[in-house]
Amino acid sequence: MTDQFQGIEPMVYKSKINVPYSWWAGDTASKFYLTLRDEKKITATKCVACNKVFLPPRKVCPSCFTENTQWVNVSDEGTLITFTIARRQFAAIPSDRKVPVIWGLIKLDGADTAMLHYLDEIKPESVTIGMRVKAVFSEGRKGNIRDISHFKPVSRV
Amino acid sequence: MDRAAIIGVGTTKIEKSKVGETFADMAWEAVNKALSDAGMTIDDIDNVVTTSSDFWDGRTISCMAVGDASGAAHKNVSCVEGDGTYGAFYGMTRSLSGSYKTTLVTGHSKGSQSVSSLITNSSFDPIYERALGMDMVTACAMQARSYMHRTKTTPEQLAGVSVKNHGNALKNPLAQLPMKITIKDVLESEMIADPLHKLDCSPVSDGCAAVIIAHESVAANFKQKPVWIKGVSFCADSFFFGDRDLSRAKALTEAAKKAYEMAGIKDPKKEIDVVELYDAFTYQELMWLEEMGLADDAMAGKLLEKGEFNMDGRLPVNASGGLLSGHPVIAAGLYSMAAVVRQIRGDAGGFQVKKAKTGLVHGVNGLGGQSHCVFILDKDK
Amino acid sequence: MAKRVAIVGTGQTFHKSHRPDVNGQELINEAVRRALADADLKMKDIDAIVIGNMDHFEGINYVDCWSVDGSGATMKPIIKLTTGGTTGCTVAIGGYHLVGSGMFDRVLIIGWEKNSESDTTGAITTAFDPVWDRLVFAGAISGLAAEAQAYIARYGASERDGARVSVRDRKHAMNNPHAQLRKEVTLDEVLASPMLADPIHLLDVCPRSDGACAVIMASEDVAEKICPKPDWIWATASRHSYSYLGDADYGRLTSMREGSQELWKKAGIKEPRKELDVIELYQPYSFGGLIWIEDMGIVGPGEAPRYIWDGNTDMGGELPINPSGGVIATNPIGATGLIRCAEAAMQVMGKAEGRQVPDVNFAFSSGFGGCWWTDMILHGKKKPK
Repeated sequence: MTDQFQGIEPMVYKSKINVPYSWWAGDTASKFYLTLRDEKKITATKCVACNKVFLPPRKVCPSCFTENTQWVNVSDEGTLITFTIARRQFAAIPSDRKVPVIWGLIKLDGADTAMLHYLDEIKPESVTIGMRVKAVFSEGRKGNIRDISHFKPVSRV
Repeated sequence: MDRAAIIGVGTTKIEKSKVGETFADMAWEAVNKALSDAGMTIDDIDNVVTTSSDFWDGRTISCMAVGDASGAAHKNVSCVEGDGTYGAFYGMTRSLSGSYKTTLVTGHSKGSQSVSSLITNSSFDPIYERALGMDMVTACAMQARSYMHRTKTTPEQLAGVSVKNHGNALKNPLAQLPMKITIKDVLESEMIADPLHKLDCSPVSDGCAAVIIAHESVAANFKQKPVWIKGVSFCADSFFFGDRDLSRAKALTEAAKKAYEMAGIKDPKKEIDVVELYDAFTYQELMWLEEMGLADDAMAGKLLEKGEFNMDGRLPVNASGGLLSGHPVIAAGLYSMAAVVRQIRGDAGGFQVKKAKTGLVHGVNGLGGQSHCVFILDKDK
Repeated sequence: MAKRVAIVGTGQTFHKSHRPDVNGQELINEAVRRALADADLKMKDIDAIVIGNMDHFEGINYVDCWSVDGSGATMKPIIKLTTGGTTGCTVAIGGYHLVGSGMFDRVLIIGWEKNSESDTTGAITTAFDPVWDRLVFAGAISGLAAEAQAYIARYGASERDGARVSVRDRKHAMNNPHAQLRKEVTLDEVLASPMLADPIHLLDVCPRSDGACAVIMASEDVAEKICPKPDWIWATASRHSYSYLGDADYGRLTSMREGSQELWKKAGIKEPRKELDVIELYQPYSFGGLIWIEDMGIVGPGEAPRYIWDGNTDMGGELPINPSGGVIATNPIGATGLIRCAEAAMQVMGKAEGRQVPDVNFAFSSGFGGCWWTDMILHGKKKPK
């Protein structure tokens, strides 16, 4: 730095980008969320060319690039593919969730791709890859991803 | 195809917070360092590519802030959004398409000015995922878990990457976090998101880097001996984590394969001398090395323990200290590129490795390494 | 050796103010599949993808990564370019360099925007320098109004001259099934519409749109095999010279003057008015249609109003401008510059249907945005030398 700035205290201008968004879910996601909200069912789209079942549902098969016209119900139970446990209360974590927050990648029975969601009703140290988990639906569902409250371990009877 | 070469590099010191400098101030410094390194003036540059991100900069049309400082006035100019390696790639094509001869590429960011967790949460799909509140750290932690589960890589091996790279940074005066630490220090640092400790993660950083890419017809006209771009490729995997095998990076395997082919490399383990790769988190260095074929599958952790990736090892990786020692997002890939260019020219100073004829530069876009860019640089044309 | 580059296919959505039936990836996919169909190619034939939009209009970070299900970029190279309003033209220029470098034979170029998903003015305001400009300028209109005022003061033009441009573009839009605003307006209606910022009336400016556009470029090695009469790219230019709003010469568009002079020189064009056959101008408001064609050298300073009143730029005139209806009829911002490029290409390829200008040899397309920035492309029927 040159001398002319000696003794000048750098000022910091505090601001915030505040742009409201309303994302159109589109017909495909709308159908998924309406079924989730009203029937507590998890649905997925299927590619008629490669038979792959996509969750989240995809309007177009990313591999075949053809329109997915078939819908299938998938199970509310599945297998944990991987997970993490947040120990620090990151800014992105919703205010109703306090650390430790556990997220898992869950492959539901009947789907070929896995979905992201919370794991709960389990101690962090008990979570293991490959464990079986089951969806717990929220009361007062609003038609969004949190209509599933979380996944919990399947208790073997 | 014609050839292009890198004929000048310039980087600012990476710092936690450059409170006294605007984006333009940082760009001005990096650009002038690159021009001086190349023995050029701004009039020798015939077009400019800036690299920036509207999200990280908190500004729509973020490139607006640095155009003038990059000498773009009255010149043809464009802007890439993503890692600096992608900016360099586009800059190279502009030098090869017959339109221009000398492209100045810059990349800047100031992590200190925003909240990384919110910025990276915005990379998740707004309709299916974003409300769950994940961000880059938790996403990568999930990937780390998946990688460790498949390969049996240990937390100690991850920590070893941090120990090595922070140690390397002691030799790099531009690094932000030169540190002599132990594996115990890493494992005892705060657990941020299992299995990643604080010292498994790169810091928040400010910085700007610039490189000058020239067409072969003019590459030898300036001060430096050109460093040739022998191979380059990039590739994107599926977006949704659940569509991918998170423990793998098949887009990286594909990009590396194509870059090797273009460079005529048959056995990358033997032919590549030095690597600067995207180590935003410790596990990534090991995982990317395996996926690029520079270490056998599931073996990178063990090879690291043997010292193979040390500055004096078989294949020095992130001798500059890597991103773990300073991570200006977006600019990152250009910092890695500048480091490899210096290695190949033999003027890397304290972090110079013994043999550096052929080097690899790697950059990443997206969550958990969705999109990868690989450059092969060489001393010979 | 550098390769010559041609456009071999284009695709667009039917642009609307709101597309609640699709999300962003799905909107992109519509344009991509139409472009592939137009070129009779499959996604597997595409070697690389260039994409662009403006982040804060949809609030999605790393759009290149997020959009792969729509763009078809899974396990392919994809790169994002973004320069504000100029983005659509910037991505087209990007595709030109990617193909021209010899790295790729077939590149898919995508511009898109869902302006209905955010507060466009709020997002545009964040384009200006946070410390100097952002608190005093709002949105895009205020800057444009300042330009129009300066032009009127300098050359004695009137609000009626601007309105005549709107009337032209809205009339042309009637011929374009993809246009959003397909209803003719009269001079009196434009002048009677609400004043937004003197001298700009509501009907002088573009709407907000949801839309996507895709263009496929190919190298000379394969172009004519894909498309017997491709649209050859003769030259490109861009100028983004300003950082602050106060830097500009209000009343003149310096970026257009410098860029177009470079373009004419590269292509050997001496008299653009006579040698060009059609123009697709990124003209987000009517007065730009006066000022900027003077900066292009079509007519001299202050001469545009007379030239336009005489019908020279209407369909059937000497040099039709915006046969598509232009930006005044449709403006999905990140796509807009690429729509200009696609429309110019369709004119050269003879595929413009109801809006076709006869016998197009040279066409011009542009992008406008940033801080008085312009990007531009010269398209031609013949293979460049």
